[in-house]
Amino acid sequence: MTSAQMDDLIVIENLDFAHSYGAHQVYKGLSLRIPRGKITAIMGPSGIGKTTLLRLIGGQLKPQRGTIEFAGYNIPELSRSHLYEQRKRMSMLFQSGALFTDMSVYDNIAFPLREHSKLSEEIIETIVLMKLEAVGLRGARHLMPAELSGGMARRAALARAIALDPELIMYDEPFAGQDPISMGVIVKLIKSLNNSLGLTSVVVTHDVAEVLTIADKVVIIADKKVVAEGSPEELKNSDDPLIHQFLSGEADGPVPFHYRAPSLAEEILGAQQGESHAG
Amino acid sequence: MLDRIAGLGKAVLDSIAGAGQAMVMLLRALIGKPQLRKSWPLLMQQMYSVGVLSLIIIVVSGLFIGMVLGLQGYTILVDFGAEQSLGPMVALSLLRELGPVVTALLFAGRAGSALTAEIGLMKATEQLSSLEMMAVDPLRRVISPRFWAGFYSMPLLALIFSAVGIYGGYLVGVRWLGVDDGAFWSVMQANVEWGQDILNGIIKSLVFAFVVTWIALHKGYHCVPTSVGISRATTSTVVTASLAVLGLDFVLTALMFG
Amino acid sequence: MESRNTQLAVGFFVIIGVLALLFLGLRAANTNFSSNGETYKLYAKFDNIGGLKERSPVKVGGVVVGRVSKITLDGDYYEPLVEMTISKDYDEFSDTSSVSILTSGLLGEQYIGLSPGFIDDTVEMLDDGDYIHDTKSALVLEDLIGQFLFSQGND
Repeated sequence: MTSAQMDDLIVIENLDFAHSYGAHQVYKGLSLRIPRGKITAIMGPSGIGKTTLLRLIGGQLKPQRGTIEFAGYNIPELSRSHLYEQRKRMSMLFQSGALFTDMSVYDNIAFPLREHSKLSEEIIETIVLMKLEAVGLRGARHLMPAELSGGMARRAALARAIALDPELIMYDEPFAGQDPISMGVIVKLIKSLNNSLGLTSVVVTHDVAEVLTIADKVVIIADKKVVAEGSPEELKNSDDPLIHQFLSGEADGPVPFHYRAPSLAEEILGAQQGESHAG
Repeated sequence: MLDRIAGLGKAVLDSIAGAGQAMVMLLRALIGKPQLRKSWPLLMQQMYSVGVLSLIIIVVSGLFIGMVLGLQGYTILVDFGAEQSLGPMVALSLLRELGPVVTALLFAGRAGSALTAEIGLMKATEQLSSLEMMAVDPLRRVISPRFWAGFYSMPLLALIFSAVGIYGGYLVGVRWLGVDDGAFWSVMQANVEWGQDILNGIIKSLVFAFVVTWIALHKGYHCVPTSVGISRATTSTVVTASLAVLGLDFVLTALMFG
Repeated sequence: MESRNTQLAVGFFVIIGVLALLFLGLRAANTNFSSNGETYKLYAKFDNIGGLKERSPVKVGGVVVGRVSKITLDGDYYEPLVEMTISKDYDEFSDTSSVSILTSGLLGEQYIGLSPGFIDDTVEMLDDGDYIHDTKSALVLEDLIGQFLFSQGND
C-alpha cells in the first residue's frame, strides 16, 4: 500500500447531532476517519445511532455542529444540487434492501443507470447482467422483489447499489436477520466487491464475528462518541473492558444491561430519589 | 390550566408546521424543469392507477345517484305538477354539487387512501431514502407524477359521474316513470348553462382534485413509517380530505352561485 | 407491453371523459344562447320589478333571447334600472319596443317579456346601451287586491 491509497475518503470532525424531535443527543464530539479503499466496520450496541451516522454521511440528516467531509466536500454545507452530485459517487445498502416493489429485479438494477446515464438499453442490459452475475442472481432477473427471499433481496439491492460503480458503499446492518449461509454469501460479496471494484466500504453492524474477518479497520461507537478504533487484531488484544465486553458479547459490563432507569428497589418501594441508575 | 393553554399552543404550532411541510413538499415537487421523456411514462402509470382504476366505482355510484335523484325528484315534483322540471333538477344537482363533491369523496376513499398507503410504505421500507441516496429526488420522481395524475383524473371522473348520473335520472324519470322524453331534455337545456353550471362544476372539481391529492401525498410522505403510522395516515387522509372537500364546496358554492 | 396496455387504458379513460363533457355540453346544456356568445346590452327603467332577479330570462314570445345581467337603483328618485344582456343574433329591435315583467305560470319565476315594436322609416333601431322607454312593471298581488277593493268601493 502506498501512502496515496492510505488517505481518508471520509473525515468526520467534532460531530454533534440530536434528532429534531426529542432532546436525546445521539452524538457529541464524534470524530472519525474512513480510509479510502478499505473496509471499515462501525460497531456498537444497538440503539447507538449507527444508521443515523450513515444518513449523516449521505446528507439525509444535518448535524447541529461539526463537519463531514466526503472526498474534500463538506456534506452538510453543500447546496442541494451539489449534494445530489456527490450522492452519485456513493451508495447505500439499506437494511430492508429497499428494492422498488413495483419493478422487477432487472428494472430495479437498471433504475439508477436509466436515471443518471444516457446509455442505450443494450448497454444497460449488459451492465445489469454483469452486476447480477456478481451477486449470483442473473437467473432471478425477472422476479419481482416480493418473490425474493430476504437474503436474495439484499443481494439484489447490493447489485443495484454497485450499478453506477460508486466510490463509497455503505452497508446498513447487512447481516441482520440472515441465515448463516446467506450471511456467509454477503460477507464474501462485501470482501470481493471491495477488492475487485476498488470501493471504500463502510459496514455498520453488530455481528462481531462476521465483520472482523473482513474489516481492515474497526470503529466502536458508544456513549455518543468513538470509544475505540484500530485493526481487528489491535482491538482483540485490547484490555479495555468495554471493547472486551462488546467483542465477546457479555450481557452486562460497561454497557449496562438495563435501559436507563431508577433502580428496581427504588421504583418498587416508591423512593423519591430516582437519580441513581441501574447497572 | 397553563398546561392546557400550552397544549393548545403546541397543537396550533404543529398544525402550522404540518401545513408548512406540505407546502414545501408541493413546491419542491412541482417546481423545476420537467423532463418529459422520463415523466411521461410515470404520469401514464399513475393516471392508470389513480384514474382508470377509480372508473368503475365512479360509474356505478353516478348511475345509482342519478337514478335515486330521478325517483325522489319525481315523487316530490309530481305533487306540484312540475315533473317536467325533473330534467333540470337532476342535471343541476349533479353538475353543480353532486358530481364534483361525490367524486371527490369517492376519490379520497379510493385513490387518496391508496396513494397515502403506497407512499407511506415506500417510506417505511426505505424506498424513498434509497431514491435519495441514488441522487434521485423522491419528490420529483414519486410525488410529482402522482399529483398531476390526481389533478387531471378527478375532473374527468367528475364529468363522467355527472353524465352517467343524468343518464340514470333519464332512465328512471323517462323510461320508468313516464316523464315526457322531449320535455325532460328541453327543459334541462333551457336551464343548464355552459359557463354557469358546467364550467363552474369543472372548476370545483379542479380545486377538489388539487386539495385531495395534495392531502393524500402529504399524509403519506410525512407519515410515521410504522404500520400504526401508515394506518393512521391513511385514515387521516380520508377524514381530512373529505372535510376539506365539504368545507371548500360551501365556500365555492357561495362564491359561484351566492 | 404492460406499459402499452396502461397507455391504452389511460387513453380510453381520457376519451370517455371528453365524451362525457361533450354529452353534458351538447345534450344537457343550452347551446342556443350561451353566455360566451356575442351580446349587447339594453336598459329599462321600471317602477317596480317585483321578484325579478339577476339571470332571469328575457323572452320574446316565449323564446329566450337574453338574460337580466344587473339590477340597480338609478337617478334622483331611485328608480329600478334593469340591465339586459341580449344575444347579438337578435339585434333588430326598434325603439318602439316595450318590455314588461311577467310571471311564468301561477307560482313560477318572473321574467322580462320583450315585445318588438313596429318598424318603419321614422323609428330607429336599439343599439348597445340604449334605453327601452315603454315599460310595464311587475304585478304586485297586494296592489291588485287594493285596486280591486277600491273599484268595488266606487260602485
